[in-house]
Amino acid sequence: MADLATLLFTALGLVFFAAGTVGLIRFPDTFSRLHALTKADNLGLGFIALGVAFQAESWAQVARIALIWVLALLAAGAVAQLVARAALMRRGGA
Amino acid sequence: MAALSIYALTGAALVGLGFFGLLAARHLLRRVVAFNLIGSGLFLYFGAAATRGAAPDPVPQALIITGIVVALAASALAVALVVAQVRAAGRATLPEEEDAP
Amino acid sequence: MTAALGLALDAALCALILGVALAVVAGRGVFRAVVFFIVYGLLAAVAWVRLDAVNVALAEAAIGAGLTGVLLLAAHGRLRRAEAAQDLAHGMPWSAALAGGALAAALGWAWFEMPIPVEPGPELAEALPRAGVGNPVTAVLLNFRAWDTLLESIVLLAALIGVWMLAREGDWREPLGRPQHARPGGVMAGFGRVLPPVGLLVGVWLVWAGADHPGGAFQGGTVLAAVGLVAVLAGVIRPPWIGAPLWQGALVLGPAVFLLAGIAGAVLAGGFLTLPEGFAKPAIVTIEVALTVSIAVTLAFLVLGPPEAEGAG
Repeated sequence: MADLATLLFTALGLVFFAAGTVGLIRFPDTFSRLHALTKADNLGLGFIALGVAFQAESWAQVARIALIWVLALLAAGAVAQLVARAALMRRGGA
Repeated sequence: MAALSIYALTGAALVGLGFFGLLAARHLLRRVVAFNLIGSGLFLYFGAAATRGAAPDPVPQALIITGIVVALAASALAVALVVAQVRAAGRATLPEEEDAP
Repeated sequence: MTAALGLALDAALCALILGVALAVVAGRGVFRAVVFFIVYGLLAAVAWVRLDAVNVALAEAAIGAGLTGVLLLAAHGRLRRAEAAQDLAHGMPWSAALAGGALAAALGWAWFEMPIPVEPGPELAEALPRAGVGNPVTAVLLNFRAWDTLLESIVLLAALIGVWMLAREGDWREPLGRPQHARPGGVMAGFGRVLPPVGLLVGVWLVWAGADHPGGAFQGGTVLAAVGLVAVLAGVIRPPWIGAPLWQGALVLGPAVFLLAGIAGAVLAGGFLTLPEGFAKPAIVTIEVALTVSIAVTLAFLVLGPPEAEGAG
């Protein structure tokens, strides 16, 4: 049962990752690429974390997996903002 | 054992690629990166060799961790030297290679 | 079935690693090479997990990909204006390709010629219960081969002094690194306030857990160094100048405690760096904590670089 849930959620996560990667390659400019990456990949990582959490042996492990997801989200969000600002400044300035 | 050979051969190929990069690159920062690739490939080769017994041998692993840290220290010094070279000469290449055709 | 799947995973991972490494050495542009090198470091960390070397994987991800990446990206940002029009050699450098190929072939040949070692030294398995810690890699680093680690901590200091020697005369009293400008109240400033508490916890936990689980002074110290770098980049803390006594003390704390423990071993246990049995665990933990402080500060200073004044080229 747990294995089935893991399989399902990880597969779903991989679909989102694939979609994000396609967006990264196909979208025309920095901003839409960032949009594809942050939206799809954060969701994908969330599903994979959820899937892996079904294999955890204790609640402490689940908490650590959740912490990893939250930290990745935080970093991805902050970095996306910084990249977008840098791209905006290049477009406006140079 | 087959899996270990894959990793060892990957390590060997990384050393080759890094050595190629070290010789082929003109930009000094790229040479620093290529040198790091050589080191990392050697670590992988060494690490695969350390796993050939029944259980992974911790002595090579400890040496590899030491090596990774020393590689960072050496890279930091190399990068500082590159920055100093650019400040002094205005370009990130070696003087004897500047006028290469 | 599982073995075949594992082998397929290993092969795919190695193919990916080699592809990324090729992009590092052959791709156009310095920035591309640096970014692909960071990706390479993360993939290499996965490879270390597959090789059952979680301690090494942690070090590779934190140092090989993380700190080295920051160092190279910052250097690229500085050198952007000086970027050579031609960053690779003209045409195909056949002699370099030949040399690299020959080196790879020789190493590949050596792999199949090497004698397979005996089981990981029976001496080690015998000695491990007396080492004081359960993580065999920590036992090797801080007990059986403590010499290597002591000298390594001094090598780090020597590299830092080398970096500092490249500072310009007039910049000597400036704060370390280039001046950073984060927008007050901006995203980076917010990130720099949220991350450090979590990062501190993770770093300290990695050191503490390193006695019996994967982790240790190097991995934990690297995380702490990264926390400090984020705080500096976000403008939360200002980097010190070289002469700040507190920071100089932090730099030498680890090697000093290590040396003192070594001398104490020579007096009490009959050999330099010999940890007396029964006292090994507290000794290792003490050395590790001191070493972590020094590693964290040294690595952060190494990545920050020599002091530099505002607006200097």
